[in-house]
Amino acid sequence: MTAIRVLVGTKKGAFILASDAKRAKWEVDGPFFAGWEVYHMKGSPADPDRIYASQSSGWFGQIVQRSDDGGKTWFQPGFKPGETTTTPEGMPVSESNKFAYDTTEKGKALTTHQWYDGTQHPWEFKRVWHMEPSMTDANTVYAGVEDAALFKSTDGGSSWQELSALRGHRTGSLWAPGAGGMAVHTIIEDQKNPQRIYIAISSAGAFRTNDGGKTWKPINKGLSSQYIPDPAAEVGHCVHRIAMHPSRPEVLFMQKHWDVMRSDDAGESWYEISGNLPSDFGFVVDVHAHEPNTVYVIPIKSDSEHFPPEGKLRVYRSRKGGNEWEALTKGLPQKDCYVNILRDAMAVDKLDPCGIYFGTTGGQVYGSSDGGDNWKPIVQNLPSVYSVEVQAIP
Amino acid sequence: MIRVALPYHLRNLANVGSEVQLLVTGEVTVQSILDAMEERYPMLAGTIRDHDTKQRRPFLRFYACGEDLSLASPDTRLPDKVIAGEEPFLVIGAVAGG
Repeated sequence: MTAIRVLVGTKKGAFILASDAKRAKWEVDGPFFAGWEVYHMKGSPADPDRIYASQSSGWFGQIVQRSDDGGKTWFQPGFKPGETTTTPEGMPVSESNKFAYDTTEKGKALTTHQWYDGTQHPWEFKRVWHMEPSMTDANTVYAGVEDAALFKSTDGGSSWQELSALRGHRTGSLWAPGAGGMAVHTIIEDQKNPQRIYIAISSAGAFRTNDGGKTWKPINKGLSSQYIPDPAAEVGHCVHRIAMHPSRPEVLFMQKHWDVMRSDDAGESWYEISGNLPSDFGFVVDVHAHEPNTVYVIPIKSDSEHFPPEGKLRVYRSRKGGNEWEALTKGLPQKDCYVNILRDAMAVDKLDPCGIYFGTTGGQVYGSSDGGDNWKPIVQNLPSVYSVEVQAIP
Repeated sequence: MIRVALPYHLRNLANVGSEVQLLVTGEVTVQSILDAMEERYPMLAGTIRDHDTKQRRPFLRFYACGEDLSLASPDTRLPDKVIAGEEPFLVIGAVAGG
């Protein structure tokens, strides 16, 4: 029987919520990495028992954790108990937490980016925001990091190499952080074309590679951002999240800082689909597992007030690929709710009917096992939720 | 043997108790202690100081025998009592909270 694992990263550790396919009764395991920030964890589509986690701390920096048994036990890649941790020369076999920026093209975009005050500022690694395991190889995983860069590991997270053509794009020196920093937070592989990857950066915008990361193209035409000097600039847009259905990889849905957007041509152009949403500000966007035209967002009041409009926590669903949205409220608090839902904190499972999950900054994780019609809190008192991912285990 | 006291989270990462004992060859300095620490416990590399620049992470301080060694040169010889194993070298994290 299929089992469901919901992987929850929080401000103070990670949790795994487990259920059977009915998704009615849940067991909560954790905290893992207690006391550390867990920005994200995600299982490998190639091997569901392989899970990667980003563990970080203002004191001690970045740690990468890996589980090979579905989250029961964890280790820093290269430091598994019983495995050799040093080479015959005495050097560490693993540097799983070393994210060294490529500086080989000094004087170009690889040395500095734009700071808040418009001056140039050196790139500084801060943390991994998002882990994206390869669709086909459990040992290959991408990491989106702050300051905005993309790294890749092909040895199960033991070592990381930057795909520096992204940061080295001719616009790299123009990228600037938003209030929350400047990070690669979205990484989407095209299942039909493994050489094509989409990424998004707050607040530089969306980019696409068609050659496995050797070259990148900004894909921000049609976006309009009033908070930058040129609202239609090539880069500088605060993209919060992009979602794609694997069967239709040329169609992308975007929750921008303001505006919900859609592209039907692999990001070459975007058009707005905010329609009747009560607010088009928000962070999450996701697509139904079996209905490529069914999209979910959670409107947030504004960029100055990060909570649901009117204190009502509502997921909005469009079955028409945007513009026409219906509020999903059953089981969600409809008064006095002032939590936020961060960009990586929504996920869908692949069961039928499709399950939808999201976590809040108030520590609740809500789940729906019927495509969003009805919701229940799975847990209510976790630390502030940073990320939610889900796995269906055969 | 040199005694080193680590913060809670680093003890968990390295799976050690409140103090570790390290064999340090040559002059006993902040640098040689951290070199020996990272060789013995490679999972701590990058958590106390930068992998490449070897710069101390900003929220951490080094103390020994009542002295703040955080800003001392990494090559400064440590107090005799640390070298003799009578006093620990302390890695201290900034206090969290308000």
